[in-house]
Amino acid sequence: MIRTRPNPPKNFPSTGSTYRRRCLVPDVGATVPLGRSAGRVDGPDRPPALAPIVRLRSAVALLGRFPALAGVDLDVGRGEILLLRGPNGAGKTTLLRVCAGLVPVTSGTATVLGEDLVRDRTAVRRRVGLLGHATHLYQDLTVAENVSFWARASGSTVEEGRAALERLGVARRLWDLPVHALSAGQRRRTSFAAMVCRRPELWLLDEPHAGLDREGRDIVDGLMVEAASVGATVVFASHELDRATGVAHRSVTVEGGVVQGGLLAGDAVPAGRGS
Amino acid sequence: MIRDAALVAAKDLRLELRARVGMGQVLPFAVLVLLLFAFALDPDRGVLERATPGLFWVGVLFSSVLVLQRSFGVEAEDGILDALRLSGMAPAAIFLGKVAALVVQLAVLEVVLGVGVVVFYDAQPAHAPLLLSVAATATLSIAAAGSVYGALSARLRSRDTLLPMLLLPLLAPVLISATRGFEVGLEGHAGGGWSWVALLGVFATLYLALGAFLFRPLLEDA
Repeated sequence: MIRTRPNPPKNFPSTGSTYRRRCLVPDVGATVPLGRSAGRVDGPDRPPALAPIVRLRSAVALLGRFPALAGVDLDVGRGEILLLRGPNGAGKTTLLRVCAGLVPVTSGTATVLGEDLVRDRTAVRRRVGLLGHATHLYQDLTVAENVSFWARASGSTVEEGRAALERLGVARRLWDLPVHALSAGQRRRTSFAAMVCRRPELWLLDEPHAGLDREGRDIVDGLMVEAASVGATVVFASHELDRATGVAHRSVTVEGGVVQGGLLAGDAVPAGRGS
Repeated sequence: MIRDAALVAAKDLRLELRARVGMGQVLPFAVLVLLLFAFALDPDRGVLERATPGLFWVGVLFSSVLVLQRSFGVEAEDGILDALRLSGMAPAAIFLGKVAALVVQLAVLEVVLGVGVVVFYDAQPAHAPLLLSVAATATLSIAAAGSVYGALSARLRSRDTLLPMLLLPLLAPVLISATRGFEVGLEGHAGGGWSWVALLGVFATLYLALGAFLFRPLLEDA
């Protein structure tokens, strides 16, 4: 059941229109109106013609011979913020990596952003942003050089990278410091900026609040809400349920490699399977 | 693809400028190897002179392993291989960018070693165009083959020992050809030397094509 979108956090960062246009609006074509109001992304208002952004059916993913995902059924709609709950080792990180096209689906079906991951899991990669436990940053390059590199590597501009850094609250005096000289929280913000400036259509965040101070957490929450409001989709795993449930439209539980309650209302459950 | 390759090459060179691993560790190591050979063989100066081309290229090969380990070690840290796979850059472009940056770093290394063999071994570069051609094609071969095996071993815990074990046997034909080419170039009889350049060119083309073709699966498995 999809809950009504919550109000943005108190310290919701200002939503400059330039930043919104440059850094958050995904290239989703004409089928989805951009800059739609926050209410539009809630379940009852979701356009019925649009297929889910993420659609997994009986998806199995192996890590070595261990079934990290043991038959996952999951739908995530466009503009939705979905929280993955569950204990350590439940399969949340693997689920996010499957959606990013980094881990193969060995059986079942998996479609993300219209791309069939079973047939080709590389095509979806440039359209998603993944923030995991690793920072994805070169330790000897400066903050600005890192973000600039990842921005340009994904087809964005250096200016978009700088805008993302400002949006994440990374102080300008830190931009010329090598990443290894930063605190863990500033590294996390830099890493987030490098992801945001790619303008992903699907945000996959693994413990996005980890290592951040209160201000940083509020900024991240605000970015997730803002991204969803302009049509991007956010799937994130978190153990900080008080904060996370205030941001998410819907939450599902991942346990033992399966997702409980992962289907949207009205979706058919495969024969012989429970949801 | 060229834009992405240039982006990767510029990033690698900037990383080297920031960390100074090449300047601070690899170059001193290479010069030390030359000096040790000189100490070991100096009593018989004739042996040292005859062995100069081989010692030069052995020094280049050993040092290039250190450069390669650094170049691919940074990509294996902190999830960067995942980020490269998600970036949307063509794997072949990443490969070519890595090769380009390695060529620049190895060229600097060879200039320093070249000065070293002139100073320590009294070598006389009699035919510079041939020597430069041999160096260019051999360097490209080492960088291309090294990038293939660097990517192959990047995420393995035993990569520091595995890389030289995989790479050095593969580069034996390059070592032999470059040494023969340098022998001719130092003697001043260029005629027979160009066939070694042609052979090194074949190696370089082969390794480049192989790397561009294989880098996608290598990146996936890394």
